[in-house]
Amino acid sequence: MPVDVEAAVLANTRLSDDYSVLALAAPAIASAARPGQFVMLKTSRGMDPLLRRPFSIFEVLRDEGGAPTGITVFNKRIGKGTSLLYDVEPGTHLQCLGPLGRPFDAADPPAHAWMVAGGVGLAPFVTLAEALLARGTQATLFYGARRAEDLHRVEIFEQLGVRVFCATEDGSRGAHGRVTVPLQQELAQLGPSSDVRISVCGPTPMMRAVANLASTHGRPCEVSLEQVMGCGLGGCYSCVVLARDETGAPHHTRSCIEGPVFDATRIIWDALAH
Amino acid sequence: MLDLSVTLGTLTIPNPLIAASGCFGYGVEYADAVDLSTLGGVAVKGLFLAEREGHAPPRIVETPAGMLNAIGLQGIGVHRFIREKLPELRERRAIVFVNICGTTIDEYVELARILSDAEGVHALELNISCPNIKAGGITFGCSLTGTHSVVSAVRNVTTLPVIPKLTPNVTDVASFARASEEAGADAISLVNTFLAMAIDVETRRPKLTNIVGGLSGPAIRPIAVRMVYECRQAVKIPIIGMGGIAHADDVLEFMIAGADAVQVGTANFVDPFIWNRLLEGLRDYMTRHKMLRLSEITGTLDTTARHTAWISS
Repeated sequence: MPVDVEAAVLANTRLSDDYSVLALAAPAIASAARPGQFVMLKTSRGMDPLLRRPFSIFEVLRDEGGAPTGITVFNKRIGKGTSLLYDVEPGTHLQCLGPLGRPFDAADPPAHAWMVAGGVGLAPFVTLAEALLARGTQATLFYGARRAEDLHRVEIFEQLGVRVFCATEDGSRGAHGRVTVPLQQELAQLGPSSDVRISVCGPTPMMRAVANLASTHGRPCEVSLEQVMGCGLGGCYSCVVLARDETGAPHHTRSCIEGPVFDATRIIWDALAH
Repeated sequence: MLDLSVTLGTLTIPNPLIAASGCFGYGVEYADAVDLSTLGGVAVKGLFLAEREGHAPPRIVETPAGMLNAIGLQGIGVHRFIREKLPELRERRAIVFVNICGTTIDEYVELARILSDAEGVHALELNISCPNIKAGGITFGCSLTGTHSVVSAVRNVTTLPVIPKLTPNVTDVASFARASEEAGADAISLVNTFLAMAIDVETRRPKLTNIVGGLSGPAIRPIAVRMVYECRQAVKIPIIGMGGIAHADDVLEFMIAGADAVQVGTANFVDPFIWNRLLEGLRDYMTRHKMLRLSEITGTLDTTARHTAWISS
């Protein structure tokens, strides 16, 4: 059951002119959160923007004894709400509702988990990596961005023991090109018996390309979709994506309660807004 | 003991706060967060006879102090609603207002018949005001004869309270209130959203796939209050007022203007736990004004000129 808390901003670490990591005191949300879930943050005290914004839970903060004390969110300045969050100072309080949404599949952890992130799509993967590593899964991150300066927080994954492949479109770090370049190379080297599950989060064309690669190579793939969301609880029907049901029939499906994580084979990509 | 109950024809509800249709799913989505039995009612998402997929996203866009939506009445249809949602609403002791929508009068009648036989339905709200669908709905709500025909046809086949939901997209909403009353409506609810649009100037494209949508939220509240006030002058039947309610004072404003109960929609998106906050605010107001029954406030707008007191003293 989600809770709504007035969360104190503990820190707002600007990573660049666009990106920041916002730390929020929210023990109740932190202790209930599962990998892939999100919170709805009110970015203004007033009515512009009126609605909350969805954010993946980026990290779970813990005290010295290991008890959950809060969460961080990975924010990229794009519109009005994210700009307000970028400017928020410690000591401010933000209404924070969560945890919400369907998490990544926790049943039958695979031997190898490959996480594919584009830009701000890195957000759901810290908690996923932690959960999988704790269960003995080997984790790999493929992380793509336009240029080296846009690759943030890689060290979190390296410290956890995640194998990391970077790709930049200008070639300034890692493979030259899109994140699918190293992913394709690694997929080609996989033995048929290796147990690999792919999870992807990022821009729609990138998720689509990764889902296609996964399908070509016969690998299961989960996507974490980011849609415009009104309420986060299934009330407004604004965050729908066209997804196949058990019979294969496509339906407008709420990404807040049936997602944000979906089996990639369910998604009708042509219908997804870019 | 403060009495917050209000009466809508034959239906008495424990407080005037009803979750607005289209803003609360089928109610069950919120059942873990909100004790549905503590609400004045739950107006479920508009239902057609058949399932509908609604419009392609993007379906909402924010505007100052408001939002536009063009969901297009996506829904599971009345039969699945009765099978899959109504049992849980019954179990949670929710007071259920089923919002129904058709493309023909026969469809409204059929929906009313089916729902009258279902256990756990407390009232029918007739959606004759959705601005986002091509056929039906608002075409009835924008014509006085259409409104009268739909309301009287449904009236003839059900003993449930019949509550047409009026659109503000007309010249004189009070005449539609009157047509509803004459046709036998037990109450009216208003307003549905205002037809509106928003454009991305960089791409020169509409921000909604449907091009136009309905504006809701605090931005519309003063217009909605005015419309409730006009309808109060025109009809005797109870009025359920709505439009941008986010605080207890907003509830009171609608009631003073003439509403017997209210619906809360957009604000529930922002704060799903709004209900207790509103109830606390209403109780606080009653205590401060030494009121025992909240319903006494309905239609108590004082329009005597403010300066008379100065002159007479």
